[in-house]
Amino acid sequence: MLIRPKSGILDPQGQAVERALPALGFDGVANVHVGRLIELDVEDASQVAQMCERLLANPLIEDYEVIELNGKGDGPS
Amino acid sequence: MKFGVVRFPGSCDEVDALMACRRFADADLLWHGDRDLDGIDAVVVPGGFSYGDYLRVGAIARFSPLMESVIEFARDGGAVLGICNGFQVLCEAGLLPGALLPNDSLRFVCRQVEVIVENPGTPFTRACEVGDSLSIPVKHTTGRYYAPPGTLPDDRVVLRYAPGHNPNGSMDDVAGVCNEAGNVMGLMPHPEHAVDPLTGSSDGGRLFESLAMVPA
Repeated sequence: MLIRPKSGILDPQGQAVERALPALGFDGVANVHVGRLIELDVEDASQVAQMCERLLANPLIEDYEVIELNGKGDGPS
Repeated sequence: MKFGVVRFPGSCDEVDALMACRRFADADLLWHGDRDLDGIDAVVVPGGFSYGDYLRVGAIARFSPLMESVIEFARDGGAVLGICNGFQVLCEAGLLPGALLPNDSLRFVCRQVEVIVENPGTPFTRACEVGDSLSIPVKHTTGRYYAPPGTLPDDRVVLRYAPGHNPNGSMDDVAGVCNEAGNVMGLMPHPEHAVDPLTGSSDGGRLFESLAMVPA
């Protein structure tokens, strides 16, 4: 699951990173946002959206995206 | 009249909250793994770092056995006050509108602030008048209040930071809100740390005093 701050809500962490990159010489960077990645193995993938709605994300302030990697052990571990 | 003060693993302000409550009524600690609220007239969910604040602040505490009982208690009209981390837990539990986000400064803030009473018609502020200014400390990293547009009617804003006192970038200077029925309130400032003139202000006691006026 990729969990991101909802667009339109101030993201000071993204702003801080955006300001830091030019200091290292990386120019032309915009719209930086910092979210989080949750990895898990699950037997029934149909439950994942409910997991996000009820616990893993707060839908008031965060958007989530579910990325399904089929088969065992092929995740980005 | 008896207060119950919740203790989660990671709570750190529950003893101050307990002592603040005991200035005005009986009070006992409630363990997060219990479910029993027998004899409790008002619940205080205190500050701290419940369950380590892993995932998001308040996200996991909200599912503790005791919180299931507190949610039921609140839905039945019982008075529930959430302070700082307790406010975050009550928002996560869906008992209060909105959510708390990282401070706009990304820094931990710890300072005395002035908050203005906007709504004295709640069980938490009935000892106050509209416009009263209370001097109460804040100490948090995740206190920027946000509610999606159109979801926070004016009468739900119980406390606002005085002009120039907003420590965290909260929307419309909101410092404390209540639910529609008015029996659940959360605030980021710590009234339990402002109950004795020895520490600079006793204004925070007004909230506990208000609650103690609730008929048992």
